[in-house]
Amino acid sequence: MITNLLVANRGEIARRVFRTCRTLGIATVAVHSDADATALHVHEADAAVPLPGTAPADTYLRADLLVAAATGAGADAVHPGFGFLSENADFARAVLDAGLTWVGPPPEAIEAMGSKIEAKRLMADAGVPVLSELDPAKITEADLPVLVKASAGGGGRGMRVVRTLAELESQVEGARAEAASAFGDGTVFCEPYLETGRHIEVQVLCDLHGTVWAVGERECSIQRRHQKVVEESPSPLVERTAGMRDELFAAARNAAKAIGYVGAGTVEFLAGEDGRFYFLEMNTRLQVEHPVTECVTGLDLVELQLAVAEGRALPAGPPEPRGHAIEVRLYAEDPAADWRPASGPLHRFDVPGVAAEFTPPARGIRLDSGVASGDVVSPHYDPMLAKVISVAPTRDVAARGLAAALTRARVHGVTTNRDLLVRILTHPAFLAGDTDTAFFDRHGLGTLAAPLAGDDAVRLSALAAALAHAAANRANARVLGRIPSGWRNVVAGPQVKTYRAGDTEHEVRYRLTRYGLAGPAGVSLVSATPAEVVLDVGGLRRRFEVATYPGLSCVDSALGSVSLVPVERFADPADQVAAGSLLAPMPGTVVRVVVAAGDKVTAGQPLLWLEAMKMQHRIDAPADGVVAELGVSVGDQVEVGRVLAVVSQEDQ
Amino acid sequence: MTRIRSTVDTTTAEFGANREAMLGKLAEIEAEQAKAVAGGGEKYVERHRKRGKMLVRERIEMLLDEDSPFLELSPLAAWGSDYRVGASVVTGIGVVEGVECLVSGSDPTVKGGASNPWTAKKSYRAADIAAQNRLPAIHLVESGGADLPTQKEIFIPGGRIFRDLTRSSAARIPTVALVFGNSTAGGAYLPGMSDYVVMVKERAKVFLGGPPLVKMATGEESDDESLGGAEMHARTSGLADYLAADEQDAIRIGRRIVARLNRRKQGDPPDAEYAEPEYDAEDLLGIVPTDLKVPFDPREVIARVVDRSDFDEFKPLYGTSLVTGWARVHGYPVGILANARGVLFSEESQKAAQFIQLANQIDTPLLFLHNTTGYMVGKEYEQGGIIKHGAMMINAVSNSKVPHISILMGASYGAGHYGMCGRAYDPRFLFAWPSAKSAVMGPQQLAGVLSIVARQAATSRGQEYSEEHDQAMRTMVENQIEAESLPMFLSGMLYDDGIIDPRDTRTVLGICLSSIHNGPIEGARGGFGVFRM
Repeated sequence: MITNLLVANRGEIARRVFRTCRTLGIATVAVHSDADATALHVHEADAAVPLPGTAPADTYLRADLLVAAATGAGADAVHPGFGFLSENADFARAVLDAGLTWVGPPPEAIEAMGSKIEAKRLMADAGVPVLSELDPAKITEADLPVLVKASAGGGGRGMRVVRTLAELESQVEGARAEAASAFGDGTVFCEPYLETGRHIEVQVLCDLHGTVWAVGERECSIQRRHQKVVEESPSPLVERTAGMRDELFAAARNAAKAIGYVGAGTVEFLAGEDGRFYFLEMNTRLQVEHPVTECVTGLDLVELQLAVAEGRALPAGPPEPRGHAIEVRLYAEDPAADWRPASGPLHRFDVPGVAAEFTPPARGIRLDSGVASGDVVSPHYDPMLAKVISVAPTRDVAARGLAAALTRARVHGVTTNRDLLVRILTHPAFLAGDTDTAFFDRHGLGTLAAPLAGDDAVRLSALAAALAHAAANRANARVLGRIPSGWRNVVAGPQVKTYRAGDTEHEVRYRLTRYGLAGPAGVSLVSATPAEVVLDVGGLRRRFEVATYPGLSCVDSALGSVSLVPVERFADPADQVAAGSLLAPMPGTVVRVVVAAGDKVTAGQPLLWLEAMKMQHRIDAPADGVVAELGVSVGDQVEVGRVLAVVSQEDQ
Repeated sequence: MTRIRSTVDTTTAEFGANREAMLGKLAEIEAEQAKAVAGGGEKYVERHRKRGKMLVRERIEMLLDEDSPFLELSPLAAWGSDYRVGASVVTGIGVVEGVECLVSGSDPTVKGGASNPWTAKKSYRAADIAAQNRLPAIHLVESGGADLPTQKEIFIPGGRIFRDLTRSSAARIPTVALVFGNSTAGGAYLPGMSDYVVMVKERAKVFLGGPPLVKMATGEESDDESLGGAEMHARTSGLADYLAADEQDAIRIGRRIVARLNRRKQGDPPDAEYAEPEYDAEDLLGIVPTDLKVPFDPREVIARVVDRSDFDEFKPLYGTSLVTGWARVHGYPVGILANARGVLFSEESQKAAQFIQLANQIDTPLLFLHNTTGYMVGKEYEQGGIIKHGAMMINAVSNSKVPHISILMGASYGAGHYGMCGRAYDPRFLFAWPSAKSAVMGPQQLAGVLSIVARQAATSRGQEYSEEHDQAMRTMVENQIEAESLPMFLSGMLYDDGIIDPRDTRTVLGICLSSIHNGPIEGARGGFGVFRM
């Protein structure tokens, strides 16, 4: 029997496992990198073991340190979570060799599925439909488009779509590099790329006594860069295709049986609108999106994982699913800027009306979050902040509830995909169940990623921010704090405050007079405090919540959430950077530099690459010119805003 | 607490008429102020902007803490003179990095910011206010120096500008000069005498003599930059402590300088919490009758100015045409003397003298609300010692050491103006409402006195007195005195610190009292007890 469990992971999944441990009375051990020393999962565990360093390779990917941590802390079992070493057979073996219980499938099963190339052959043999594998060296024009995949991969990393032969080699190389960095294995393979399709997966659960469950399917077709964004159960396609569920479940059970699977796993398929499906891969771990299955079945999949690991037998069959659950992954990223990951202080994180955390509610909102207000989103790890899950009797009601919870969520400090998620959940195509892997291409990422707050909302939010800041200035004034705001006996100019929303500057000019606000036409001020401003806009009263942090103001209202960067009144000349400077868009490591100071470059030519959160980001020359300065070299860690290079325009 | 019970009826026709008249006067004043704000006019403003420069009020706005108040002083200086309203300089009290400062900036769009006699007077007044209230002074300098045709009125007395600067420094009241442009010849001593000097790169020009004068004096060939450029002064002469990249940078540096002055106010802080008056300041527009012969109850004004309308009257049954008592304004304690029915009799004078002594005993500033036609005349009153008693009041006002603030609400005539702490009695601040009038006596009385005297002179010479000429003389004198007793005229003469909207009285007092508390508040210590009168 397990009495003390180490979770070899971080953040949200570590918290998820700990939650079940608390229910079961199992003691918990957390591990953490230096960057995570104050993270929630560490705080919630009974004991915590530091892993020196911050890079995953030095911390959460170090099997030896993790096993030593488990034995040192007196743990008798290890749960790998997902990602990191969750599908690493060597780690599973090391855990078992140390005499600990491994909460996961046998290492052989991991190995069998770990190589995607190998797995496809096994499945074909077991009668599960598969897509053919292509040798990168033999691909011809007729095979295009193809998908390059990391054999050891997952989560979309090391995955590339190739549409022309010319880019094949570089994309294979890129995928190889990314796979090697992320998984320590650079093996990649190709298969035909289906432009559209539905990603449908089946949750399986197998015990040591021969019981194999297919617990229900999930549809995760809406993806970005092959990473799931929205997941739900049941699948709209399966629901409307007669007989499909039985076929899917049978295939999933066959797959599990073919490799003697034990524990929780997921068999992933790609399906066409006609209901035909192909085996993609089997994930030998708990999935990120497992909560939707829990929410429609009422099961605790982690509890069942632990039970199986303890050798207990599963009941004869899984419960019948009820209702509908939709999960979205709230990421710290900017969908409109090529999904650029965001990091930094998360000043506030509040989702309203949460009915349950880490456990399935009867209905309403479930929140599985790895962060809390005041945390810092690290650039070193996955930028997922939380999963928000909505449970309701029907799909449309679940979607409406989830969209509302997201809209009303207060997420301050980092850019997120929240508005994109809301636009998906309220999109007619989504509501009609027309979801496939090309959802973003079909409906236009530009439209979907547009902020919920339009231009007018941003302008009003900037005005609200200015008035809240004026109120704060008065409240904090050392002298004359009770004299009317901005009082003048001789009127000359208005008060001016400038805010940047994205790339746009909003200058707010206003005066507070004895007769009220003198500012934009049609807007009057009802009340203003440092935290809340009520404006009357054309006869409609609108309430704006204003939260102010160093260098950031967040304005939330029914019109949408707006992040504003106050433009400093005074620029210190010492802070000004040379024209043509290329600044690091995010913290990361310089992995490649292909120019030298003095080189002539043309607009768009790549200069160097940064790696952050396992994604490579290319820094290009903004215009034709000469590399006047090169401030970094390979291996440098850079912070946001660091000058990477200066490209000076050539003299005309 | 003792709350004043207001009996103002805002629905009467009289109140409405008073209000309309007051709004009309306010509109006139606003129009005059707009002239000052317009500076040298469109053409010169445009030229100034084309040079990439900010207007003086823009510089000041940028210098002040965001959303903080600014009390501009003497905005109508030079009104009625040959010079532009405002006297080509802006002065006022504003908050910089949480410190109340006296800000002064020349307006380079008016004749290059050159000083005329009114500029000088306005600057002297600002320097006095800074010195009396221990306010650090920030000068935004860009001036062509003295307006040479009027040098006779500026040159000799003008030396005090530099004397005041260095005396201010000696009194440990810091002075900061931000030099945006020309500051040459005599003007060079402004940065020369300041504690901190910032010069804007490629803009500031500070030398005793420019290239032509140097050429004439010594034959030396030179240029502006080598004689007085910002870079030169920052790197070579050391006259500039800071070199600013541009105007906004100069203002940024100026703010940092003030932030590091470590200013601490010497007076007691105000109450942390206090309530606003219980009555609407808006009513103040209708309280003062259009005809100053009609008295009004100053308690109605006090009720709309002091915290919580809470006023404890002193000697309420004695000398009832002067109201005295204690209150707080924006959390600061004040003693108030307010004329109730115009005339000051012996009792009122003695009551005032006693009250002023009491305020000095408890180190409490005094607020004088003027509406007086002066000390009572007549046989009974002369024989009753009105001169003695009036002298007591003037004596007390003159030698009182607590800060005084005067507000001219209505009439302020004759020696009553003195007893109520008129300009010559050095109140820390003196503001007028648009309804105010001040002169040795009322225009009709003055004309009538002249008429009687002339008639007597004619009679004694045995001449015939022309009634027609008398009427013409009286009308002319009345008109002249009326015009010269109006607030815009007096403001133009620098006899007040500005005309204020009555509704702003509480705000203006709040700023003044807070400014006053930068220095210590200490009453006269006479070695006698309070004389009961």
